[in-house]
Amino acid sequence: MPTTYEDLPDLLSRMTGAEKHGPAATSTLDALWVLYERVLRIAPGRSEDPARDRFLLSKGHGPMAYYAVLAAKGFLPVEWLDGFGGYHSPLGHHPDRLLIPGVEIGSGSLGHGLPLAVGTALGLRAQGLHDPAVWTLIGDAEFDEGSNHEALAYAGAVGLERLHAIVIDNTSATHGWQGGIASRFEAAGWSAVTVDGHDHAALYQAYTLAHPGRPHAVIAQVEPKN
Amino acid sequence: MDTMRERFATVATDLLDRDPRTALVLADIGAAKLTEAAAAHPERVLNVGIREQLLIGVTAGLALTGMRPIAHTFASFLIERPFEQVKLDLGHQGVGAVLVSALGSYDWPAGGRTHMAPGDVALLDTLPDWTVHVPGHPDEAETLLRHAVADGDRNVYVRLSEHQNSAARPIEPGRFLTLRRGEAGTVVAVGPMLDAVLAATEGLDVTVLYATSVRPFDAAALRAAGSIDVVLVEPYLAGTSTGEVNRALAEVPHRVLGLGVPREEHRHYGSMEEHLRAYGLDAAGLRQQIVSFLLPRG
Repeated sequence: MPTTYEDLPDLLSRMTGAEKHGPAATSTLDALWVLYERVLRIAPGRSEDPARDRFLLSKGHGPMAYYAVLAAKGFLPVEWLDGFGGYHSPLGHHPDRLLIPGVEIGSGSLGHGLPLAVGTALGLRAQGLHDPAVWTLIGDAEFDEGSNHEALAYAGAVGLERLHAIVIDNTSATHGWQGGIASRFEAAGWSAVTVDGHDHAALYQAYTLAHPGRPHAVIAQVEPKN
Repeated sequence: MDTMRERFATVATDLLDRDPRTALVLADIGAAKLTEAAAAHPERVLNVGIREQLLIGVTAGLALTGMRPIAHTFASFLIERPFEQVKLDLGHQGVGAVLVSALGSYDWPAGGRTHMAPGDVALLDTLPDWTVHVPGHPDEAETLLRHAVADGDRNVYVRLSEHQNSAARPIEPGRFLTLRRGEAGTVVAVGPMLDAVLAATEGLDVTVLYATSVRPFDAAALRAAGSIDVVLVEPYLAGTSTGEVNRALAEVPHRVLGLGVPREEHRHYGSMEEHLRAYGLDAAGLRQQIVSFLLPRG
């Protein structure tokens, strides 16, 4: 079974049929890999464990990197990648949680993951599960959606410490984010750090930064989409 | 007598005390009535502020962790404003919650169109597997709310209103109640429409069924009534349940008249009574429409 970062291009090519991959997929590859390899406390067969960490992929567009990482980590059979997008394949162009083991939410419509992650963090806390971390990954253009700003403001105000957001910033938002995305999170009471989205050491450091009493955002900058 | 909304606060407080799986999510509206519950259960009574997309997203997130969340605000902001969240965060994720609305179609006409949601049940009809309860009295609201929260992990909508009948009926969740039997046709009165329907059909040879659960629709009760002419009287968009009647009677030639709140916007403020009269949903308006449909030569 492939388990290293070097195996990911082969896994991606099983879905795309080429060595070139859509920017929407490759922009998230390093951020996802470091998260699954070194941070998330989850494992195949533990998808019902209440004490597991949660990862909610909000940016459901271009999920090939996500599927490749899930396959590399043994959550889904590598053979599934070949049918990507087909009628009988569980792997669509946007993921469906009811079809894929280890996938916490179905996503694709923008702006749903962060609010769901807030609710998940609240639900774990209400059940006395203070250890599991909740992560969600959004895109900088997805950040346009007002629902994200509703979630951002609330999570910061109530100091939802177990909540984490990764923002993949490939400067694809039409009007951009003046002052930078991190400043929006910081203004709402979050801890926020901006890093090179392809630098594994920097990503790991950002993911594991202490943020007592506050939710934490990691803005992962990658090459511009266009 | 208390209102359905007041009863909701009482019942929700009791459920939070008894069942650690329950949580209540609010978007400021209704929060003032639930301060004691919030003080007793700060981690299970969550007021997200005036953020209705987040209201539903948080509710669904709680459900993803195995809880049984209840979300409450006005119908306009609970169903219509965050409709994609209702569709995706609950239905598509395969999790369930109890959504409890207030105000409904015409409860506060002085508030105008912004606070009217006569299309809520029709909108939920575009989604699979929703249970919809429309109580006509605070006691019925209590029965249906308790049933909704205990109803597995289903998605349930409980539509509370200021409009209510003078007396509670011995309802059973999911079942229509037969209140009168007659030969000329069947009138289905939904929730708060019952008093006006009973007054409108006084002395007429018609069957009156009382529906406080409309999804799933009690097709068996309608068929058992034996009529092929049916009048629906609903406190939301006229015709919302005509498809259900057509399905129930698909095997026989039949006629159905759907009465309810018109699509046209009535640009008037005023009172609930004035609006019900304007829509033809008061006893006199209903009698005229029921007679001309079921008893044209009567």
